[in-house]
Amino acid sequence: MKYEQARWTDDSEELYEPLLSEKHTREVEVDSDLPDHLTRDSVELPDLSEPELARHYTRLSQMNYGVETGPFPLGSCTMKYNPKFTDDVAGHPKAATHPDRPASTRQGTLELRYHLQDVLGRIGGMDAVTLQPPAGAAGEFTGILVAKAYHQSRGDERSEVVVPDSAHGTNFATAAMAGYDVVTLPGAEDGRVDVEALEAAVSEDTAALMLTNPNTLGLFERDIEAIADLVHDAGGLLYYDGANLNALLGRARPGDMGFDIMHYNVHKTFATPHGGGGPGAGPVGVTDELAAFLPDPHVRETNGGFEEYAPEHSIGKVHGYGGNWLVLVRAYAYIARLGDVGLSDASAKAVLNANYLASQIDYDIPFGPFHHEFVASADEDAADVAKRMLDYGVHPPTTKWPEAVSEALMTEPTEVENRRSLDQLATAFDAVANEDVDTIERAPENTAARRIDQVSAARSPRLSWQALDADEQ
Amino acid sequence: MSSEHTPDGSPFAPHTPSETAAMLDVLGVDSEEDLFDIPEAVRFDGSFDIPARSERDTRRHLETVLSRNEDVVEFLGRGHYDHYVPSLVDAISHRSEFLTSYTQYQPEVAQGFLQALFEYQSMLVELTGLDVANCSMYDAATALGEAATLATRVRSVSGAVVLVPELLHEGRRGTLENYVDGSDLRVESYPMDDGNVDVDALRERMDEDVAMVYAENPTLAGTIEERLADLGDLTDDHDALFCLGTDIVALALLQEPASVGADVVVGEAASLGVGYADGMGMGLFACDESFLRQVPGRLVGASEDSAGMRAYTLTLQTREQHIRRERATSNICTNQAWVALRTAIHAASLGPEGLVDLADDCVTAAAALAERVDDISGMRAPVYDRHHFREFVAHTDQPAAAVASDLADEGFAVHVVGEHRIQLCTTERNDTQRDALVEALEDVA
Ligand SMILES: Cc1ncc(COP(=O)(O)O)c(C=O)c1O
Repeated sequence: MKYEQARWTDDSEELYEPLLSEKHTREVEVDSDLPDHLTRDSVELPDLSEPELARHYTRLSQMNYGVETGPFPLGSCTMKYNPKFTDDVAGHPKAATHPDRPASTRQGTLELRYHLQDVLGRIGGMDAVTLQPPAGAAGEFTGILVAKAYHQSRGDERSEVVVPDSAHGTNFATAAMAGYDVVTLPGAEDGRVDVEALEAAVSEDTAALMLTNPNTLGLFERDIEAIADLVHDAGGLLYYDGANLNALLGRARPGDMGFDIMHYNVHKTFATPHGGGGPGAGPVGVTDELAAFLPDPHVRETNGGFEEYAPEHSIGKVHGYGGNWLVLVRAYAYIARLGDVGLSDASAKAVLNANYLASQIDYDIPFGPFHHEFVASADEDAADVAKRMLDYGVHPPTTKWPEAVSEALMTEPTEVENRRSLDQLATAFDAVANEDVDTIERAPENTAARRIDQVSAARSPRLSWQALDADEQ
Repeated sequence: MSSEHTPDGSPFAPHTPSETAAMLDVLGVDSEEDLFDIPEAVRFDGSFDIPARSERDTRRHLETVLSRNEDVVEFLGRGHYDHYVPSLVDAISHRSEFLTSYTQYQPEVAQGFLQALFEYQSMLVELTGLDVANCSMYDAATALGEAATLATRVRSVSGAVVLVPELLHEGRRGTLENYVDGSDLRVESYPMDDGNVDVDALRERMDEDVAMVYAENPTLAGTIEERLADLGDLTDDHDALFCLGTDIVALALLQEPASVGADVVVGEAASLGVGYADGMGMGLFACDESFLRQVPGRLVGASEDSAGMRAYTLTLQTREQHIRRERATSNICTNQAWVALRTAIHAASLGPEGLVDLADDCVTAAAALAERVDDISGMRAPVYDRHHFREFVAHTDQPAAAVASDLADEGFAVHVVGEHRIQLCTTERNDTQRDALVEALEDVA
């Protein structure tokens, strides 16, 4: 496979596509009926015609790599194909309403929300689901606040959240944001939770254990029942980070494993577009015992309709309104299209693809058996390997995480690649492994920009075109 | 598998049966099930009872459900606004290179999105007058929460109280309360005077324990603040942060936040680029350069590539959760980048003149509608003797709930904000319905 990303270059030969501000700006005096002291003096912004803008952004899009461009095995991110019909349902004019309309006039929205709460509950084995959190990390925050409110409701003040060392950064940050001390749990030799270490870590101070399963190495936590017992016996709750749910659809459910709280990462598992970084959505499911603590509002069925209400001991709000609605619509559409058979097959093929790809590359993969993702170890600096992979027209894996694997290449091909594409991916992995250091360190060459200097970006931050202008003067 | 057929697997997993068989063969297993390492005791053998559907049937199902939303003319705002979104925004933002990409961990293949976000940040810098804008928070409410926690990390600030207006959207207040739940901060409110900040009452309330003062312009009731510079001075005098909430359209017209001494600006940016979306938004976040290393969320910066060309990259990432873990400035990872792209395209397509005009229309249209409502017998508007932006509160002699319910029967939605108060919001999206609204109000008020 050969790849050259489009590269637009300005005449100055100092930059690629010029900034909007370098094309044409205009300063407009502000003149209004308001008294002068209530208004600003002027606004200076880009001033371009629609054809100029269309070309500007089209060129930018050509200098950007997405799932439809090529393979995107970015581990932990589940970069699936985003079905086109979900664009149309999210763009349906009837979906674009204000949340403060009378409930009687937004029954469609409430019904759809209700259905999504319901199907997510079934998929995760959870009794009640809130759709409010606008991303996975926001789901974690919601879940940990629910745990906190639950303990407090029992007059039980707890101060710690236990997080395995291999967990995603958001788990630690979330626990700290919610006011907990983070107890980091070292991993066992086999890459899983060290049950003895856990036993030592949990106590009457433990509010919750946050766990990803399969974990970030792709391994199923086989001791999950013992883990759940340990945490529950200490009076703590078990939180499931749903980032890796794509490995388990139809084969195991967090609720059945003993988890009390979980988030679903719909931009991963349910194929909503990642949008260059978001928006996503992070619905949270809980057991019956915790349902009364969920955010306000929640949707329930009434005689012949649907209504919003505040759960009895609600933690309140985690978003100004009800979260990223248009993302939720897409997620529901995806689930409704695939159904049981499709969801279960998605996991089967995701796991098949990861295992197949792993079998075709010449890298050490220290831990297994893995599921939807594996973590390979590079002989060179993983970041360099990743840069060189770009030249082969593939998006590289997540690099240098989890740290249990040296020079980690965390690889998640998802179910959307066919065998031929996996073979091409494997060729790219192996080609890079056999290249000399010079070539790797010079990479990438076929991308719009060459290797970018991160150090100087951070040392002298220039975060706007105003800062660039100031710099030039 | 065609989109007209009900799938018997995932329609988005492209494997043919023989391909699957060959891959299983390579792995030396009989079926995919053999690849799962799940203990028997926690295996799920049941069903979700979710039927698979063809694409056509799925769309029909969703459209049938959504069609139960009635056609209503919405005069609604209170933080969630509807402006006309040019077709260019949809066409460009749906290009799959943008829509299906992710966080720019590999900037060399993501220059396009990075540049668009850099341009978004720059527009916010221009509009706020502050030096630094991040490339999105989830929404205005979470951006406010992040601003409060920023106050705890800024060394020049001490104290444990976040002062917020009495009149604050319940979603913003509630989210703020949760964001500070894990810190030593507590939220208290200060009174309003005729819709705006009661500056004298606030002055009396100020003491060393105040860490941050939050005000909004326009306010929740749509009034335009008149003494923001006094707030800037007050917070300066007490070493407190001054956080100003606003929205991106208002920024084009109202006093520049930096000019009144705002240290942090938060608010809603999806009023350009999205419009009504059942509350989905995008949080803007800008602040003074001195807080740079404490900023939550992603920042795009300019650098150079090895060919000596200017190139963009996510930067100052040591603030973020994936590096700093429990000491990160925020837990945010996935953000609202695509909405920021849409907002930037929308702002660019308006241009400076279009944006200022749009903002100015928000003032003149609200004033004109208030005047007409004021002429209706049984009504008085605006309740607050202030200038307004997009929306205003009106008094109804009849109980407001009854008025709103009668209006609903006529096909109009308005906010009920008090026993005898409704709130009306108008933009170019409902301008052709203003006459009809006034007529309906004449009937029901
Ligand atoms: C394992 C894991 N947990 C949590 C998250 C956070 O999710 P989000 O980015 O949606 O906030 C991620 C996402 O990158 C993840 O990979």
